[in-house]
Amino acid sequence: MAAPWLSLRLVAPMWNGTRGIHRLGGAVVPEGNQKKERTILQFLTNHFYDVEALRGYLLQREMSKVHMKNRSFTWLEEQHGPYSAGAFFILKQGGAVKFRDKEWIRPDKYGHFSPEFWNFREVPIEAVDASDCEINYEGLDNLLLLKELQSLSLQRCPHVDDWCLSRLYPLADSLQELSLAGCPHVSERGLACLHHLQNLRRLDISDLPAVSNPGLTQILVEEMLPNCKVVGVDWAEGLKLGPEEQPQDTASPVLA
Amino acid sequence: VAHAGRTVGRLGEGDWDGKVSEIKKKIKSILPGTSCDLLPDTSHLPPEHSDVVIVGGGVLGLSVAYWLKKLESRRGGIRVLVVEQDYTYSQASTGLSVGGICQQFSLPENIQLSLFSASFLRNINEYLAVTSAPPLDLRFNPSGYLLLASEKDAAAMESNVKVQKQEGAKVCLMSPDQLRNKFPWINTEGVALASYGMENEGWFDPWCLLQGLRQKVESMGVFFCQGEVTRFVSSSQRMLTTDDEMVILKRIHEVHVKMDHSLEYQPVECAIVINAAGAWSAQIAALAGIGKGPPGTLQGTKLPVEPRKRYVYVWHCPQGPGLETPLVADTSGAYFRREGLGSNYLGGRSPTEEEEPDPANLEVDHDFFQEKVWPHLALRVPAFETLKVQTAWAGYYDYNTFDQNGVVGPHPLVVNMYFATGFSGHGLQQAPGVGRAVAEMILEGSFQTIDLSPFLFNRFYLGEKTQENNIM
Repeated sequence: MAAPWLSLRLVAPMWNGTRGIHRLGGAVVPEGNQKKERTILQFLTNHFYDVEALRGYLLQREMSKVHMKNRSFTWLEEQHGPYSAGAFFILKQGGAVKFRDKEWIRPDKYGHFSPEFWNFREVPIEAVDASDCEINYEGLDNLLLLKELQSLSLQRCPHVDDWCLSRLYPLADSLQELSLAGCPHVSERGLACLHHLQNLRRLDISDLPAVSNPGLTQILVEEMLPNCKVVGVDWAEGLKLGPEEQPQDTASPVLA
Repeated sequence: VAHAGRTVGRLGEGDWDGKVSEIKKKIKSILPGTSCDLLPDTSHLPPEHSDVVIVGGGVLGLSVAYWLKKLESRRGGIRVLVVEQDYTYSQASTGLSVGGICQQFSLPENIQLSLFSASFLRNINEYLAVTSAPPLDLRFNPSGYLLLASEKDAAAMESNVKVQKQEGAKVCLMSPDQLRNKFPWINTEGVALASYGMENEGWFDPWCLLQGLRQKVESMGVFFCQGEVTRFVSSSQRMLTTDDEMVILKRIHEVHVKMDHSLEYQPVECAIVINAAGAWSAQIAALAGIGKGPPGTLQGTKLPVEPRKRYVYVWHCPQGPGLETPLVADTSGAYFRREGLGSNYLGGRSPTEEEEPDPANLEVDHDFFQEKVWPHLALRVPAFETLKVQTAWAGYYDYNTFDQNGVVGPHPLVVNMYFATGFSGHGLQQAPGVGRAVAEMILEGSFQTIDLSPFLFNRFYLGEKTQENNIM
């Protein structure tokens, strides 16, 4: 979820430059402005130690914010059970969870969510929608508490990369649906370690900018996971632009 | 006329123009903006003083430089100079390496080093962040390592995996049936057990790590110099041990760095020298006088690191193993892994002692592939019976002939020379951990995070081997 202050545009252009380097956060600034701001910033950084130090400090602050968001909630497991602990982590990040036989629980635009899930000690979580959340490798500790997860959506997560994908194998017994659409740091090397997820029935790998050859990657992933329907790039996409497939599973949220 | 040194000359008006032009020339040469011949230009030479001189600019040397600057208690407190004899890194082991990282070792220290390196590489954009430089893309393939063991090695593999799990590595054992299930392209004949690394194992681009370290370390203020270390000037001191034996302790005061293609050299006054010269570490150690003495004594113990040539071959196999292929290490010692999306594979095999190639140059022996590598690969993976070799290269292992594990820490007699070398093929994957250990040793006096006391130099004299069983 993009930080709330981004939409306010009250912050100086320096934020854009710092974020633009490491692509933390999701707001888009028009290309021309971005370039001009970047060269001015570059010039200042190369000539003034203060500017360089300030930029370094701001970058460190961004990174420590992400770390804070991904701190471990496993201590909640003893008191409330693994499902509630995992749900708390996801809801705090801004994602949505669905317990078995219950409705989707989502935080509203202020980040508040209903505390009813604290009572669901024994009810496993079926589906998690962590789109646009800032989950990273350490945060997956909390996600892996949910042993009976069936559907996971990590669309457009800015910090999910190949290392994170190699951590998903504990969910192999239950995971049936996985969506990685739009993740900027996932490449074909991370997709290679999805072969552990033998129960996967639906995998969405569309719009991955870091994958070097989307068509070939899709073919190789389809070979790797023979029982899975891989939704991604139509490998004849050079010839025509087809519409992306609509999701058939009504339990999962509508893909943006 | 106030200019001393000018001859009085002829008094009189005949020489007035000459005098004026002389004065003009002198004034011009002293005014700023013109080249002044009073001081010679030494911009290509290293500085005259440096607290730490690191001999060798590969991944280990740069890692030590990085951690020294990162762990120093005051910014700018330590002056570090890295001396590298070849900026193109044409023979350096780092660039020619296969780039694998795995935690499947038998020694707990090796496992811990590898785990730390994995977390370093995972967070590389936090460790090596330079403002206004793009983030590093290590191209890490998290596909893991698959080690195969025959009947006689199965028990050792089981106990190794137990140690690895204890240290926190995510490794699992697989029986031949499970292997066939998971990787249908394997022929499990002769395989009794296999160990498969699930996380934090794989391979990456070593150049990217080297470039990332280089640019970060330059931004932290480390000096670089391209040159060759030709001499150490040291002073000796006689001391008595507690048993009243005399030992001669040496201290290196100056390092003579000779420039490329010239006889010019610069004596660099230093406090600490770090030997991270990889395959050439033994020569540097010999320059410092290590090993000059009667054999069997501490003075006579040489650094047992020598260059060993290893070949890596790249081939194309159209029906080969798929995207999920880990780096497979066969019972015979042959190994291979995928390279890219296009059915290319690369691999090789460590030769036995009798087959060791001559390390004088980096020429590739293609017959070695035909006779010693291909048969084992084709046996293990039947699809490899049809393949076509695309290219091959050779690189050096800084091979520790004593026990194939690294040498880390100070020398007992040459008190200010520290070693970070001899890793026999797993230097790249342990570089971040070793760099931190050496920096801690220098700055704090002892190993703080990972205890690498089994890797000290003393073991060569005492004869205690810290043997690593799982090298490739």
